Amino acid sequence: MIDQVNEKPETTLKAIDWNFYYGTNHALHDISMDIPRRQVTAFIGPSGCGKSTFLRCINRMNDLIDGVRAEGSLLLDGQELNSNDIDVIALRRRVGMVFQKSNPFPKSIYENVIYGLRIAGVNNKSILDDTVERCLRKAALWEEVKDRLNHSALQLSGGQMQRLCIARCIAVNPDVILMDEPCSALDPLATSRVEDLIAELKQDYTIIIVTHNMQQAARVSDLTAFFYMGKLIEMDLTQKLFTNPGVKQTEDYITGRFG
Amino acid sequence: MAIHLMRETDKLKKMVLSLAAHVEENVRNAVRAVTERDQALAYRTIETDHLIDIAEVDVEEECLKILALHQPVAHDLRYIVAMLKINRDLERIGDLAVSMAERAIQMVTKPKPHTTFDLGAMCDRCEKMVARSLDAMINRDADLARKLWLAEDDEIDKMMAEAFQKVEMEIRQHPEHTEPLMNILSVARSLERIADHATNIAKDTIYMVEGEIVRHRKRKIREKMAAENIS
Repeated sequence: MIDQVNEKPETTLKAIDWNFYYGTNHALHDISMDIPRRQVTAFIGPSGCGKSTFLRCINRMNDLIDGVRAEGSLLLDGQELNSNDIDVIALRRRVGMVFQKSNPFPKSIYENVIYGLRIAGVNNKSILDDTVERCLRKAALWEEVKDRLNHSALQLSGGQMQRLCIARCIAVNPDVILMDEPCSALDPLATSRVEDLIAELKQDYTIIIVTHNMQQAARVSDLTAFFYMGKLIEMDLTQKLFTNPGVKQTEDYITGRFG
Repeated sequence: MAIHLMRETDKLKKMVLSLAAHVEENVRNAVRAVTERDQALAYRTIETDHLIDIAEVDVEEECLKILALHQPVAHDLRYIVAMLKINRDLERIGDLAVSMAERAIQMVTKPKPHTTFDLGAMCDRCEKMVARSLDAMINRDADLARKLWLAEDDEIDKMMAEAFQKVEMEIRQHPEHTEPLMNILSVARSLERIADHATNIAKDTIYMVEGEIVRHRKRKIREKMAAENIS
């Protein structure tokens, strides 16, 4: 819940008239929004509404696709992301991502967590050990794996793998964590663990989560943005949006009366 | 999910409507028992109140079931919450009809007191108030609900004040009629409280339709409406 303070929370990410094209397909239309620091913002909307596309713009993941083009402004702490001068590797260190399907590397649990540090050239054992413990604790996984850090990450359960990916993501100390349907492959217990974790992590990170599960958006987020056909229809405090949305289309979508 | 939920809310609506019809009937009968000095009707009102109690519990259980199983949001959520609250007001109105019926039974045993207070007019007005608050709820008519809340309730409060004034004076003049006069005052008090519950129904209707909680904000909202009318 957003604290009831009068001043607006500080904005981490600001989109101004953001348009995005896959070739001739105009996927995002004039998206403008402010995403506040150290809060959870949920993106909801039907499949193909552009929510994942927008999420992927934030760490320039869409660069990997041919023929994409963006217009408008996307500012991370005031820095323009829609620019050729951006060091995409450095950006992705600041903006981590957790995917729908957990994707640990076929390495040990330990090596997974410190992968980002290794490729950045950190080899100091005590730093690496500390990072592993700190990140696994933050990801609420430490107690479950501390005695088998050298086992393969692929032996973990689905929920544990997802939390390992979150630990790997926070090991490089990002500002923003993007989560694309992080619980859609998890059972209810593992889902609730990840949701608890999101509530913990927002003390240190700005979190943006795409979810198809509206109850999940309602549970975990401070703000919710509803996308439809590439447009941002409504963005408001989650509490407001789920009790008294301002736009009819939002109301129809969240109450399941769409179409 | 939507179709399941719609089926459930339709069922809930029917349950609330049947409860409301029963409550309205008991208010009407209690009023008639008082104005027409009809003891049999008074007894019937008292005897059927337990059906209202049972229906109230059923409606509450239905609401809780829908909340637990469907986790409604937006207008669906507001609808269920409004029904939960309106349900309680309806049951309380039923209890007040019983209080009136009990007074009616006593009143029949005493000679009809002479009073200048027009109890019949107040009965009429309160009965209509209940009916109109239910109309507002059923037709999702926030404008009617606002009218009842901002204007009608005050009129009934004025009638209550008038009842106090007149009856007090008449008791001073005719102390021998104290008991029947007190019965009249008691009935007026029940009517006034019935109107309060009808006002609650109106307020919850506004919440249900517009999502705004208007309780405790009468003056502010009046000022706002007045400002809008001027501009």
